Amino acid sequence: MSDKIKITIDGKAIEAELGQTILEAADAAGIYIPRLCAHKDLLPIGSCRVCTVIVDGRPQASCVKPVMDGMVIENDTEELLQHRRNIIDMMFVEGNHFCMFCEKSGNCELQALAYRFGITAPQYPFQFPEKDVDASHPDILLDHNRCIMCARCVRASQELDGKNVFQSIGRGFDRKIGVNGEKALGDTDMDVNDKAADICPVGCIIKKRVGFETPYGERLYDKEPIGSDIEKGATA
Amino acid sequence: MGKPRVATTSLAGCFGCHMSFLDIDERILDLIELVDFDRSPIDDIKHISQRCAIGLVEGGCCNEENVHVLYEFRENCDILISFGDCATMGGIPTLRNNIPLKECIDEAYRDGVTVYNPKNIVPQDPEIPLLLDKVYPCHEVVKIDYFLPGCPPSADCLWAALTALLTDKPVELPYELLKYD
Ligand code: SF4
Ligand code: SF4
Ligand code: SF4
Ligand code: FES
Repeated sequence: MSDKIKITIDGKAIEAELGQTILEAADAAGIYIPRLCAHKDLLPIGSCRVCTVIVDGRPQASCVKPVMDGMVIENDTEELLQHRRNIIDMMFVEGNHFCMFCEKSGNCELQALAYRFGITAPQYPFQFPEKDVDASHPDILLDHNRCIMCARCVRASQELDGKNVFQSIGRGFDRKIGVNGEKALGDTDMDVNDKAADICPVGCIIKKRVGFETPYGERLYDKEPIGSDIEKGATA
Repeated sequence: MGKPRVATTSLAGCFGCHMSFLDIDERILDLIELVDFDRSPIDDIKHISQRCAIGLVEGGCCNEENVHVLYEFRENCDILISFGDCATMGGIPTLRNNIPLKECIDEAYRDGVTVYNPKNIVPQDPEIPLLLDKVYPCHEVVKIDYFLPGCPPSADCLWAALTALLTDKPVELPYELLKYD
């Protein structure tokens, strides 16, 4: 078949298919490229830049960059690790992350990446920004303190739920997730069974009355780093 | 040569990190074979008496006294460790950081629902350290050499870091011991 091509990632030759992104091809080959805004059920938008790799000498977001025959890709390098750490550090200081009482702790992708990268404390000054908590919805809590602006909720609501509950509003430091309702989430047609209710990588969109269900030690990322599933099971 | 000295302190923290430290249980007997304790809430020594190899700091800085103690530790300890989320990131006390200080004080001494303060007095005795505008993690005040996050960090985490330092090995926490909660 002509759509099979060859690329190398960190010196390892792998087979990929035209039409795949670098991230998808790496996943299929059991190579984990860290990512945050990308999600397998959503169209990629390439916004967080955690998945940046070096393609033929140039930095590219692997979740949006399609594979091409003969691409030479660097992923697991000291420089990229530092770059990814910097992004995660910024996300921590630009929000208010109190993992000790966060319902998402142990299952949070931001925290899990920090653990995987061995971050013991962010290197940037903490901003302690003022953010709201929207508890208006009967079943769902929206805690903007923890939002990392990945827009997964925006895409999930549109692409998977056929709704349009979330939207990014504002610019720069003041950018935030807004809701398409009179005032707050409770005024929208958001339902607790929507895909968007389960898509948030952090503890910003939280279902009420189910927090802390899994005991400490048994949560998703307690024992093994995020990405271990991909590294263990090549899907192709 | 004497044993290396270890000093510990609790700044803007809840003492939970020190409790977790005591959770090393009987390993504390091994530890006192290896080190002598200088200033610490454990022995109630009030000031560092001589040069220390390791200083362990619980809690960040919420008032001027915290800053003075942190300076004393930085000046007198070869290696300074922030242990616990309060020390490494500010932790729970930083919940006040986006509330103006005056509002915090009014809530605590004047307006809070459980406050009984008929004379409307806000404590301002010179003995009481002045509050800082915000709560700061230790590394925003002095240089910190190692960070052990967690609220509190587990006894195993503290033990792993201390034994590594005392045996001249790199402080590398195994994956399961690096936690922020
Ligand atoms: S969202 Fe994640 S990083 Fe933020 S407080 Fe919750 S567990 Fe911690
Ligand atoms: S609410 Fe969650 S899913 Fe939506 S942008 Fe914020 S972090 Fe991403
Ligand atoms: S980190 Fe947690 S246990 Fe340690 S002093 Fe702060 S609140 Fe207490
Ligand atoms: S995962 Fe690719 S940019 Fe966010």
